[in-house]
Amino acid sequence: MRVTPKLLSTLVLAAFIAQPTLAEELTGTLKKIKDSGRIVVGVRDASQPFSYLLNDKQYVGYSVDLCNKVVDSVKKQLKLSALSVIYQPVTSQTRIPLMQNGTIDLECGSTTNSMERQKQVAFGNNMFWVNVRMAVKANSGIKGLADLNGKPVVTTTGTTSDRYIKQHEVGSKIDVKNLYGKDHDESFLMLETDRAAAFVMDDTLLAAKIANSRNPADFAIVGEILSGEPYGIMLRKDDPQFKKAVDDALNAVYKSKEIYNLYAKWFQSPIPPKGLNLRMPMSDKLKALFDNPNDKGA
Amino acid sequence: MNWGVFLEESPTGDGPYWKLALDGAKWTVLVSLGGWAIALLVGSLIGILRTVPNKLLVWLGDAYVELFRNIPLLVQLFLWFFVLPEVLPEAVGRWLKQDLPYPELTTAIIGLGLFTAARVAVQVSAGIKSLPRGQAAAGLALGFTRTEVYLKILLPQAFRIIIPPLTSEFMSIFKNSSVALGIGLTELVFQMRQMVEYSSVVIETIAVYTLIYIALALIVNRFMAWLERAVRIPGLIAGGGK
Repeated sequence: MRVTPKLLSTLVLAAFIAQPTLAEELTGTLKKIKDSGRIVVGVRDASQPFSYLLNDKQYVGYSVDLCNKVVDSVKKQLKLSALSVIYQPVTSQTRIPLMQNGTIDLECGSTTNSMERQKQVAFGNNMFWVNVRMAVKANSGIKGLADLNGKPVVTTTGTTSDRYIKQHEVGSKIDVKNLYGKDHDESFLMLETDRAAAFVMDDTLLAAKIANSRNPADFAIVGEILSGEPYGIMLRKDDPQFKKAVDDALNAVYKSKEIYNLYAKWFQSPIPPKGLNLRMPMSDKLKALFDNPNDKGA
Repeated sequence: MNWGVFLEESPTGDGPYWKLALDGAKWTVLVSLGGWAIALLVGSLIGILRTVPNKLLVWLGDAYVELFRNIPLLVQLFLWFFVLPEVLPEAVGRWLKQDLPYPELTTAIIGLGLFTAARVAVQVSAGIKSLPRGQAAAGLALGFTRTEVYLKILLPQAFRIIIPPLTSEFMSIFKNSSVALGIGLTELVFQMRQMVEYSSVVIETIAVYTLIYIALALIVNRFMAWLERAVRIPGLIAGGGK
């Protein structure tokens, strides 16, 4: 066959029309997913309502739903007929090393997007905003920071309530005794058994712990907002192609009504397994994040 | 690799990261030495109980060992810290929760001490039983009371024999002390987790904390080896092998 300029141009044109996305060579995580036909998603066993295990077999939650949207979008972009999604449980301690060594491709939990962490990993556009506040016994009479003077205050390893309290205007005038739980369950137990007068933590986690307790009416979330932090979906660092794929997928959800349905599903309706309702209205801070998606760390 | 991270200021307000490690080491050493003191004292008593002629006392000693050896250490600490104050009379429980000085440290020392005591007890009784029966018989025949037989004949020999297994227990108590994290003591593993959480520098952090544990265990090991040589009596079975 003689290759005429006309035929050549037709071929080139045909190639462009047929496979526009492959114009750019695949690299990093996208290439890995395309080659292996699988994507490994890091999930948490007990980070309600973001990411948790249901009936010992299914991972569910707000973050997991968002990640599934990302996975669908990646599958579409790569034109894969089948993509196997593997859910790999991680903990606060293992999530960063497992991301760095390539075990997991996405982490869908309740991970704060911080500047420190951005030195090690990257984050998709922020998906949530938490405020650090305190849970107290409803009958304790504690209404704010000023009432905590001289009292024991518990928080979970890795966060320091003392620091948040001292940074606050009222905090400089009061003195608290710090206690530490090894996880949120233990911290909450210290509050429940009166070893601590207050449990300082992200408000969503506190709401979930209270909703799960024997007598939710015994507890209240009170006082000043001590700090605020964005949550993000974690990715490997220096992988602009995958980062763009994730951000595009997330932005599409953020800009549509979908995100409001998703929020209502996990934070304002009964959630499995016990049918608890966290009853948390969406904060202005989170609305602002959805209107102007960004990956700024705290 | 980012080893310089230890010189960086930690966001906890307690100074640079190396200071967190030092602080953690302080609590680990305190709880381990405190626990070891209780373990030696209680363990020796229980160990002796298991070798006396009185059946009831032997049974009591055995019961102690079985109870404390068969419950996981973390569960034991949990029982002491969270459950005990709830089952005691309310006033006592409240005192334990709110007025006991250094509640985490005190509970960890007692919990770790009583747990390790069960293990020390087994070794003490094994040491006593390994001595020829004629030793005690001869002592009694010479007019020693049973207490004197134990204090002057059996225990000095038994303790020399069991120095090597006691060394292992002494080293173990440093490692086991990490479970005190479960009741909120800010020991080494607590500080390690805190540093991992804040700095996100994982490998280097774990490497350095591992080295701290190795150093502590090695100090104990060398001290016990010195003790073994220092107390040996040439010609006796506990001669130290050299």
